[in-house]
Amino acid sequence: MNNFQYSRAADVDDAIRLLATDPDAKLIAGGTNLIDLMKENVERPSRLIDISRLPFRKIEETADGGLRIGALVPNSDLAYHPHVEQRYPLLASAILAGASAQLRNMASVGGNLMQRTRCAYFYDTTTPCNKRAPGSGCSAIDGLNRNHAILGTSPSCIATNPSDMSVALVALGALVHIAGPTGERRIALTDFHRLPGDTPHMDTNLGAGEIITAIELPPRGFSRNYSYLKIRDRLSYAFALVSVAAALELEGNAIGEARVALGGVAHKPWRSLEAEAALRGQAATVDHFSRAADMMLADAAARSHNGFKIELARRAIVRTLTQAASATPQSQAHKKIA
Amino acid sequence: MNAYVGTPTSRVDGRAKVTGAAKYAGEFPADGLVHGFVVEATIPCGRIARLDSTEALKVKGVLDVLTHANRPPLADADEAWKDEVAPEDGSPFRPLYDDSVKFNGQPIALVVAEDWETAKFAATLVRVEYQEAQAFATDLEAERGKAAEVKKPHKPRGDAAAALAGAAARHEADYFIPTEHHNPMELFATTAVWDGDGRLTVYDKTQGVQNVHKFLCGVFDRKPDDVRVVSPYVGGAFGSGLRPQYQVVLATLAALALKRSVRVVLTRQQMYGIGYRPATIERVGLGATSDGTLDAVTHEATAITSRYEDFSRNDAGWADQLYRSPNTRFTHKLVRLDVSTPCDMRAPGAASGVCALECAMDELAVALKLDPIELRLKCYSDRDQSEGLPYTSKQLRECYARGADAFGWSRRSPTPRSMRDGKELVGWGMATGIWEALQMPVAVRIVLTSNGHAEVSCAASDIGTGTYTIVAQVAADALGLPIENISVRLADSTLPQAPVEGGSWMAASSAHAVLAAAEEVRKELLRLAGTMPGSPLAGAELADTVLIDGRIATTSDNSRTVSIADAMRHGNVERIEKEKLNQFDEDKKHARNTHSAVFAEVKVDEQLGVIRVTRMVSAVAAGRILNTKTGRSQIMGSVVWGIGMALHEETVMDPRFGRIMNPNIAEYHIPVNADIQDIDVIFVDEPDAHINALGVKGLGEIGIVGVPAAIANAVYHATGKRIRRFPITLDRLLD
Repeated sequence: MNNFQYSRAADVDDAIRLLATDPDAKLIAGGTNLIDLMKENVERPSRLIDISRLPFRKIEETADGGLRIGALVPNSDLAYHPHVEQRYPLLASAILAGASAQLRNMASVGGNLMQRTRCAYFYDTTTPCNKRAPGSGCSAIDGLNRNHAILGTSPSCIATNPSDMSVALVALGALVHIAGPTGERRIALTDFHRLPGDTPHMDTNLGAGEIITAIELPPRGFSRNYSYLKIRDRLSYAFALVSVAAALELEGNAIGEARVALGGVAHKPWRSLEAEAALRGQAATVDHFSRAADMMLADAAARSHNGFKIELARRAIVRTLTQAASATPQSQAHKKIA
Repeated sequence: MNAYVGTPTSRVDGRAKVTGAAKYAGEFPADGLVHGFVVEATIPCGRIARLDSTEALKVKGVLDVLTHANRPPLADADEAWKDEVAPEDGSPFRPLYDDSVKFNGQPIALVVAEDWETAKFAATLVRVEYQEAQAFATDLEAERGKAAEVKKPHKPRGDAAAALAGAAARHEADYFIPTEHHNPMELFATTAVWDGDGRLTVYDKTQGVQNVHKFLCGVFDRKPDDVRVVSPYVGGAFGSGLRPQYQVVLATLAALALKRSVRVVLTRQQMYGIGYRPATIERVGLGATSDGTLDAVTHEATAITSRYEDFSRNDAGWADQLYRSPNTRFTHKLVRLDVSTPCDMRAPGAASGVCALECAMDELAVALKLDPIELRLKCYSDRDQSEGLPYTSKQLRECYARGADAFGWSRRSPTPRSMRDGKELVGWGMATGIWEALQMPVAVRIVLTSNGHAEVSCAASDIGTGTYTIVAQVAADALGLPIENISVRLADSTLPQAPVEGGSWMAASSAHAVLAAAEEVRKELLRLAGTMPGSPLAGAELADTVLIDGRIATTSDNSRTVSIADAMRHGNVERIEKEKLNQFDEDKKHARNTHSAVFAEVKVDEQLGVIRVTRMVSAVAAGRILNTKTGRSQIMGSVVWGIGMALHEETVMDPRFGRIMNPNIAEYHIPVNADIQDIDVIFVDEPDAHINALGVKGLGEIGIVGVPAAIANAVYHATGKRIRRFPITLDRLLD
């Protein structure tokens, strides 16, 4: 761990000003990922700007019937918030599929969006990694890549985004509220995380000096037909090999609205508007779910060790949509897959 | 009297542990204590061309950077570095000895600073340039062809190759078990306290304080009285603490260099640079007649070791104890790689070798269309065939019967994929476990005071297994005192002699040492009581006396009795101190083993391959169980570990870098609570009149042996897929 300065931001403007004066500074809230990376010498911030006391801890309804979630709400508070449990259970379920109770208590919603890949080469400073040291090469492409991406990769990077929460948020059409030196803006979460391209060191489109202030959920919550299914190498406390967030609105057995997003397969939470469009107006059957899965995975490409993920994702999509359609969402407490 | 032995007595050190009163090696305070942080090599093989500490030394609070170039003297002879469990062949690793790099993660410098964080930061500023070797190798499968046979006395019988080739039913396959690391909860740590004049008290995480003591005296050319090694509590070690680890050398080195107290605590990542269970390819061949009579067993284990030491254990020979066969051949081969030396890890040899053997037996049973238990009973051996000896006791048949009954084995439908529960395929598998029942010379000192309290002391470690508790139980019974009146001191090199705590030998060994010392105490009490005027014990034979309820009494006439207090008062003694080294009689007429039958139920999601181990039954025959509570915990912990070995554990190396890529317990998976459901531990009654006075065999290692095979066999039964590569991850089950 390097030596660093520590500042406590008095308010959001103070945080933005501190960021502007110190380009190598990092914001810290729960610190559940940043501190690990600092211990590994992967992140070497000149300064930590502690934003944990900023007033972003509220969960409140918006005028249009959606929900505004402060960026500093702990993951566990969000998962167990009565409004979220009742109206956005997909989000609650995805959060509870991730990490451990202790980590969820510490981790903030904004920090969850900012967590970095768990690629082993990213973590090991003795090996080449374009994300950690731009231009040094990607060790995973021809190396240990069993956990790596099958969609949206580039010759520079095949890392995955590790978040569960983001997968549900993408499916729900969440917006990110951002404050920065030039004022405030909102972008869709699907546009927040980036594909690696030739700039894999940039995980997100958050600009220099910008700070996440809130997440906004649209009114539509899919509280009846939803499921979050996470497949991993042990039954808890592991990152996803593949995860699926599925949400449907059904009229009888006909699909009105459909949402499907994948985790563990790409540099960002992966949502396919084409697959969702193909589901709309169709009967909620395994055949249609399979077709949607095929569409989502049409461009999937495997490396030496992660080929299984394509078939696993295909089966997991069908299963999760089936769970959603039959209103038997996957329980995160009971590990038997519904 | 047996008030405590054989009962579920709670741990006598439990309160100290849960309240934090129990101090571990990295927690002992010392005046002026400073902290060392290890700098590791980042290449697997080569030389240090240049090591520049300039920037590190500029950091405020940094006291020194010790390297091979500026260190105090270390012994040059291999003999000094060979601790009591070092491999016979090879030259032990010597930290900071010279400029050679033998494995990735090797310690090459120690930064010493006023506090740990400063040392850790300064360690990042040490600049190292290497002269890298032209070539290196770290992958077992790529180097398999270079394996060399280990010369060990596995006597072949008959002509196994011919018998296997001609067998009516045969099965031969490779089973791959990856490198695994112990990951004890407590980090390896040493606090070397400078006592002045070159004398040190060394608090070390170790399974053997006297082993470390002798080692340090040799490596640093110290007189025995100059060094004391203490390790009262150990937060798990599982074999990783049998040999002195490098942090004890570095802490001692720094204390001698700086003439002050130094603490070195390894990080979790650095602990992947010490010992591990070596990756092995286990090739097993079984030949049988069509009725299931074994005719040939071949087992060839190929394991990794370092370039500088040949570490090997008995992977291949276990079939000689378990299954009758006229033709056998067992071989062990080593592939030397640019890695650190492996070490013992929970049932070394057996955990891997028996895993393969028991998977192979399951495959043979399928080929013969026999129930897996029936095949094992057909081949059941009442003798250890390697020496032709009967066992001191062997209730393995009873293990099969009790385990099968508790599990409900008779309701198993033999056809793979024939049992299901909704979307999950259900599989039932079983396997046999076996381990040695070892016992070693141990000395114990008992100090009995006239107030009816006794201190029992011994240099043995309690690595979390419950040694404090069983020593207290045995002493309380032997001295006829309540357990609250017994205090136990362990793991100080100045205490009476004990070997390292390992191999599951310490329970039997320490218990009988306590009995031997207690007999000396009883002898002295009888002498004192016998000289009392009109003593009811006048003329009583020692063999006819017991200590019970604070009194000495004859067994033949329990009215002949004198209280301990009266005897000591009469003799005008405040304390009786007796020390006795117990040695077990050599018995060349029996084989000594523990056994188990392990049953596993798995449920596998048919589409997604997700595996859940929903039930385990482990029926263990291990002689008399000294403490049914700590004993059960031992077996449960081992079963959990076996589940990890089956489904989760693997140290992943990138052969391009010769580096371990998952050196942390986020990515090196072990089971979490969600992976563990019902574990039923059954102790089968196994009276043993031959092994030792108490009939004790020891527990711990036996609990893991067979577990991974039972699960692999259950996965086969559920899915029809035979996975011979561990861990069995879900991708291997997707078509």
